[in-house]
Amino acid sequence: MSTLPDFTHWACPLPLRDYPNVVIGHGGGGKLGAELVEHLFVPAFRNDALENLGDSSVIEFARGASRLALSTDSFVVRPLFFPGGSIGELAVNGTVNDLAMSGAKPLYLTAGFIIEEGLPMQQLGEIVNRMAEAARQAGVLIVTGDTKVVDKGHGDGVFINTAGIGIVPDGIRIGPQFAQAGDAVILSGTIGDHGMAVMSVREGLAFDSLIQSDCAALNNLVEAMLAVDPSAIHVLRDPTRGGLASSLNEIAVRSQVGIDIDERALPVMPDVQSACELLGMDPIYVANEGKLVAFVAKDSAEAVLAAMRAHPLGQQAAIIGKVTHQHAGMLVARTAIGGSRVIPMQLGEQLPRIC
Amino acid sequence: MKYLNEFRDGEIAQRMAGEIRQLTTRPWAIMEVCGGQTHSIIRNGIDQLLPPEIELIHGPGCPVCVTPLELIDKALAIAALPDVIFCSFGDMLRVPGSEKDLFRIKSEGGDVRVVYSPLDSVNIARENPNRRVVFFGIGFETTAPANAMAVKWAHAQGLENFSMLVSHVLVPPAIKAIMESPGNRVQAFLAAGHVCSVMGLWQYPPLAERYRTPIVATGFEPLDVLEGIRRTVRQLEAGEAFVENAYARAVTFEGNKPAQAMLAEVFETCDRVWRGIGVIPQSGWRLSAKYRNYDAEYCFDVSGIQTTESPLCMSGAVLQGRIKPHQCPAFDKQCTPRNPLGATMVSSEGACAAYYNYGRFANVENPGVAT
Amino acid sequence: MCLGIPGQVKQIYEQHGARMGKVNFGGIVKDVCLEYVPELVVGDYTIVHVGFALTKIDEASAQETLKLFHEMGLLEEELEPEAKAAKAPAPESCYVNPNIAKPT
Repeated sequence: MSTLPDFTHWACPLPLRDYPNVVIGHGGGGKLGAELVEHLFVPAFRNDALENLGDSSVIEFARGASRLALSTDSFVVRPLFFPGGSIGELAVNGTVNDLAMSGAKPLYLTAGFIIEEGLPMQQLGEIVNRMAEAARQAGVLIVTGDTKVVDKGHGDGVFINTAGIGIVPDGIRIGPQFAQAGDAVILSGTIGDHGMAVMSVREGLAFDSLIQSDCAALNNLVEAMLAVDPSAIHVLRDPTRGGLASSLNEIAVRSQVGIDIDERALPVMPDVQSACELLGMDPIYVANEGKLVAFVAKDSAEAVLAAMRAHPLGQQAAIIGKVTHQHAGMLVARTAIGGSRVIPMQLGEQLPRIC
Repeated sequence: MKYLNEFRDGEIAQRMAGEIRQLTTRPWAIMEVCGGQTHSIIRNGIDQLLPPEIELIHGPGCPVCVTPLELIDKALAIAALPDVIFCSFGDMLRVPGSEKDLFRIKSEGGDVRVVYSPLDSVNIARENPNRRVVFFGIGFETTAPANAMAVKWAHAQGLENFSMLVSHVLVPPAIKAIMESPGNRVQAFLAAGHVCSVMGLWQYPPLAERYRTPIVATGFEPLDVLEGIRRTVRQLEAGEAFVENAYARAVTFEGNKPAQAMLAEVFETCDRVWRGIGVIPQSGWRLSAKYRNYDAEYCFDVSGIQTTESPLCMSGAVLQGRIKPHQCPAFDKQCTPRNPLGATMVSSEGACAAYYNYGRFANVENPGVAT
Repeated sequence: MCLGIPGQVKQIYEQHGARMGKVNFGGIVKDVCLEYVPELVVGDYTIVHVGFALTKIDEASAQETLKLFHEMGLLEEELEPEAKAAKAPAPESCYVNPNIAKPT
């Protein structure tokens, strides 16, 4: 899928190929660090702004851009590589998605690396290449970055921070405080894929499965949705840590509305369901990295849903519920057997249970 | 999943609820002593399908809620030791001890690891010969065979760095204690399905007879729970009191003989403190003398631990069905899911946490509700 | 304490002198200790709790139970459509728990 940097034709005196693992010197701002930038980051991320290698990158904005969206996120996933992805794709898509959830068109990203001494260069190269590929697919450029190296034992291989900037077109008014009674709640696809993919390779809990992370950039999907009717979309959220339940709870509180969902409408892949059953976990609290939930004005719901389903990342989109005046600030679900349950905000991380 | 999804059919559930409504002519109080069943009831909203005359009391069926405070404090003390790898089921991580919980210990540098099976902790012991590995062996009779095998394997592999902190509790003595407690309102029990898979049903007829209470072995999926309730109500309405098996695909009268044999070898019965309830005689298992070397209470010096239970916590009364959570003076004041005083507010299926979530938005439409 | 999940035994092998199996839970495969259910063979279904098989699922009994469940209440529905109509469905967006007292 990706090609590692070709180490064979590098100039002396200290080519990267002599260092199979990252060492403290690579973060020192000296020759080793410059080598890393020159032979790894720049070729991978390849763009004019980056290649100037200034302390900051200067970008020209299109005329008439009146609102900017800014976002930052840090990525500390363990293990670094999991079925369907790595920390690299997460780092790019996570920030791209945060921008897209404001209705912004994501444009530029920064990438800061805190690398643990001893990380195999091969792994770093793989991660960087995956970031480059993710950025290409999302249509964003990584224009500036930073590298530090910490002593062995003081990091989990690598931590990555990305910050992103995008432009919010006029007429877009999307935010967690804008949900209105009557809005349809639309989910773009299956929930729980990412969290269970990571769980399947976690020490002490691992299991054999074909579950893949759903890590993906959602900005194109959002564009397709906005094209239907930008004013009809009131809230967008990508339910990452804490899952769909956390996102819906947050929105219910911010907008001071109640949310009713029907559990029968929630799309969950059979393997993900099975994995959750095995560990006693609820898919509604499990992390996603390539899904969004949208609060759409009732009258435009069907049209927006159709636009989502026509897009590769929204083929299993479904209307899962609606916003109500009642039980403001709370998420309530109709269960499969016709009862109901309140789905509260979880206090910490969802853990496997035996009880 | 086969033998799972079929027992979640919504339409059949509605019809079964209808059957129960047809049968019910008077109020009845039924207790389940199984955290898994409590979880299913709350998760699926099963109690809402029942007629208002049926009251489901969530009993002391979750090991999270009943593990004695002293043992939690011992676990915390052991987990805090620098050379220890402390392995536990996820359920126990947030249970409050006198001052902290395992999550806090982890944040303070303790090596606390969540595992799926006790065998995972044996593997960790083998892979880390220079560390002491301790497994928190809690649970009812369902989990005991797994814990027993883990100890046996550690013994067979000569893993001297492995030990288990045992706190097993037994269902039949709990039923006895509940039926004999003053002010008891429980009239029938749903027996824990997988406890019965292991232990069989032979312990229950004497209890059914002595206390004139129906005891119905019940599964966990919505249809299984409804069927257990239906059979229980049928007995109650008919004035009958015997042991029935509503989970025949996984429960036999004799139970699992190889497992019972292992339990008899590895464990011995002892008195146990049930958190919030007090001592129930002969209601627990500890490692037998033969396996004392693997008993963490002997391997570690954890005597002299001062436990302080919040004087405000009434979880014991809740677990026995004597009060409802919102009748506790501390409920939703000093005690909330974010700052739990007792275990019933910690566990998401603990009765107090369940009431906290639902009570914020209760909208009672059924007249004549028993309170 | 009772999270036991049904799975199908796909393969049986030995490890450290104990009988183990690869069990398939609706697409997820885990290694499970089969020592407590020695009669299990490949193809059987079993209930697994924390990595241990506890019982062999009696499939005939399961089918029988399901059949009874399916028939439950059906006859009543056929005979009394008015009675069925009289039981109105729960109102929308409304949680009803008969065990919680009305807030004062």
